[in-house]
Amino acid sequence: MTELTSPEALETLRDQVLSKQDPETPFVSVCAGAGCIASGADQVIAAFESEIESQGLNTGVNTKGTGCPGFCEQGPVVVIYPQEICYLKVTAEDVPEIVTQTLKQGQVVDRLLYTDPGDGSKAKCESEIPFYKNQQRTLLSANTRIDSKRINDYLTIGGYSALRKALTDMTDTEVLEEVKISGIRGRGGAGFPAGIKWEGSKNADDPVKYVIVNADEGDPGAFMDRALLEGNPHAILEGLIIGGYAIGAKEGYVYVRQEYPLAVENITLAIDQARELGLLGENILGSGFSFDVFVHQGAGAFVCGESTALMTALEGRVGEPRPKYIRSNIKGLWEKPSVLNNVETWANIPLIINDGGAAFASVGTESSKGTKIFSLVGKINNTGLVEVPMGIPLRDIIFDIGGGIPKGKAFKAVQTGGPSGGCIPAEHLDLPVGFDELSQIGSMMGSGGMIVMDEDTCMVDVARYFIEFLTDESCGKCVPCREGLRQMHRILTDITKGKGKEGDIETLEALSETAIEASLCALGKSAPNPFLSTLQYFRDEYDAHIRDNRCTALSCKDLISFVIDPDKCRACMICMRKCPADAIDGAKKTIHVVDQDKCTRCGTCLDVCPEKFSAVYKISGEPVPSPIPEEERTLRKEQVK
Amino acid sequence: MTQILLDIDGVSVEAGPEMTVLEAAQSAGIEIPTLCHHDKLVPFGGCRLCIVEVTQGSRTQLVVSCVYPVAQGLVVKTRSKKVDRIRKTILELLMAHAPDAPQLKTYASEYGAVADRFDADPSFCIHCGLCVRYCEEVKGAHALGFVGRGVNKEISFIPEIAAVACDGCKECFPLCPTSYLQAAYVLTQSLAFP
Repeated sequence: MTELTSPEALETLRDQVLSKQDPETPFVSVCAGAGCIASGADQVIAAFESEIESQGLNTGVNTKGTGCPGFCEQGPVVVIYPQEICYLKVTAEDVPEIVTQTLKQGQVVDRLLYTDPGDGSKAKCESEIPFYKNQQRTLLSANTRIDSKRINDYLTIGGYSALRKALTDMTDTEVLEEVKISGIRGRGGAGFPAGIKWEGSKNADDPVKYVIVNADEGDPGAFMDRALLEGNPHAILEGLIIGGYAIGAKEGYVYVRQEYPLAVENITLAIDQARELGLLGENILGSGFSFDVFVHQGAGAFVCGESTALMTALEGRVGEPRPKYIRSNIKGLWEKPSVLNNVETWANIPLIINDGGAAFASVGTESSKGTKIFSLVGKINNTGLVEVPMGIPLRDIIFDIGGGIPKGKAFKAVQTGGPSGGCIPAEHLDLPVGFDELSQIGSMMGSGGMIVMDEDTCMVDVARYFIEFLTDESCGKCVPCREGLRQMHRILTDITKGKGKEGDIETLEALSETAIEASLCALGKSAPNPFLSTLQYFRDEYDAHIRDNRCTALSCKDLISFVIDPDKCRACMICMRKCPADAIDGAKKTIHVVDQDKCTRCGTCLDVCPEKFSAVYKISGEPVPSPIPEEERTLRKEQVK
Repeated sequence: MTQILLDIDGVSVEAGPEMTVLEAAQSAGIEIPTLCHHDKLVPFGGCRLCIVEVTQGSRTQLVVSCVYPVAQGLVVKTRSKKVDRIRKTILELLMAHAPDAPQLKTYASEYGAVADRFDADPSFCIHCGLCVRYCEEVKGAHALGFVGRGVNKEISFIPEIAAVACDGCKECFPLCPTSYLQAAYVLTQSLAFP
């Protein structure tokens, strides 16, 4: 490829690429994101390529491995353009039929379409599926239209036009102004206004400055940044170059965790391609602005997502946070002014420059602008990535887009903001999603993790789980976090094991105060949130565990017992055979009884007991009913039907 | 050089612009408890015991004085109910490791800390890092370092270096607030070279 030395050259190249593309030519887009690859997308892509060739369509039809469209629950996702027919859960065996039916004859393969779980109706296109229909996919929609490994694909959807606009038509100050007008707040966790952060660095009196992408996404169950890096790396890169131009940086870094191999591969490739085209390097597009980007792979510490720890790690030292009473946009990487923003923030920048800050600010609430990507996981029908306008009620995300709770269970809480976020109960489901709104009720936006919990979830155990995660991930530098979390985890574990005692909650509160007020970094300062928010909304569960040894969700293994109802048991012997602990006494025509001493509370008996009998149930906080005397265990004639 | 005037516990204190609140307080003879601080070392901000309350304009917050820079007109309160409560909890957390450390016991009586409030983890080391940092920053020997992360973090001598560097030095021993370092060294030595 020849280097582009002027804005015109970029547009000439774009025109060339576009002229080779006929919008009417069908192409097959297969999600090649990590989730779909895990469900066999690679085989599906290979099957399409060979089938298209063997059916003699190879001159007319392309197959593309694209970024993640978000509907991971139903992957691998295949979309046939130009009709935009959307097939779900496609396997390599389905491919010959799709090629024969759809590509050759224009027929739809009904059985692969989305089926509404309610009325059984089929949806042909993405836009008809409720999961997609209720979203506003400003960022994610690009993922499915391009092969993320080809810079030319990015050019066809207007890629690098924002960079051209910034370098050609705008001064650095104008770029900054536009970002300020947009009101965009950082998508990584704290929600600090990006424009103000940029301005601090721009005005800092130092010739050397840096811009950095925080791609150290580490929240359990969160994969927004991963999908963007894998699916549209050039958008992040374009945003970063524009940021560098705005604040006067000549170097940028992408700090990406090495557990995301595909993301590392795609962003590295994108950088190489941009460098080859002259979109990175000296005198970009003849503007006089020079800029380059380097990838740094994180070694797998959650705390390195924290800004000062990330910068320390970038400097080649142990990734521990440092005191930051002077903000890192003034004194950051190598003590130089450094703008660190999250992947999603950077990906929004080209949109803000292209459409203007005001257009961006027209979406969302007073204090939270634009769209936000959430990863919707847990006890939810439609697991996946959803992009919605800020201000949308939680209820719409969980029920309209997410399709509600599986198996008809009741919604209990949604945990937002990652491990140090909070659990939001049903009473707040109508809350509009925004940075301040979520903070006000004891949770936070975080980077966009959303874990849905149903009635079977024990909230004390949830708090224990997240505190355990944070204890594992604490860097160990400061006492309130290292020691405080260790003790909090210990006490919470005791409570879930029925060893809680009066005063435990007060001790946990004292430890929380110390962690919040005295910890060195945001990890420790926000770590008590899972405890505090569950205590705020589900205190009765804590009290039940401590006072009555009762887990109201019937979830904590040490506090529950499995019991077989002798009136319902039909001695079918299924649970007896399946029990891995040999803990069920019984025989043919002899009512079964759980031997509580042997039972490991795995729940297999409950799972396998035929629904028509439903003889197995759980109890907690009450004595196990004494087993029916042996002489009465023989099934009577009228009971056998 | 411009001098900065701040108020610490009602006393007007003059400080240099590069000073921390802790340094300013110490220069005026006002005591703030510390465990990981040492005059010759770069501030670490690890033990958090030197937490104080500062007010700048209308904003009051808790900060750690060993790393917080002085500012013109800053009002510092080295003790308050909340500060004392937090110091007490920090001490109790550390006493789960080193219940008999003299320095901890002295502070404990001042702040009413109870040695056995938390389940014991008798590992003795409180991770103040004084030995590691002194060896690195003052001696340039790098004979010991932190290994592991988080709750599994430990202090460890690097045998190849320690074998050569430590015998004639041992300057880190008296720095250790738990006195454990010396004991560990002597024990190891006695086991390795009986």
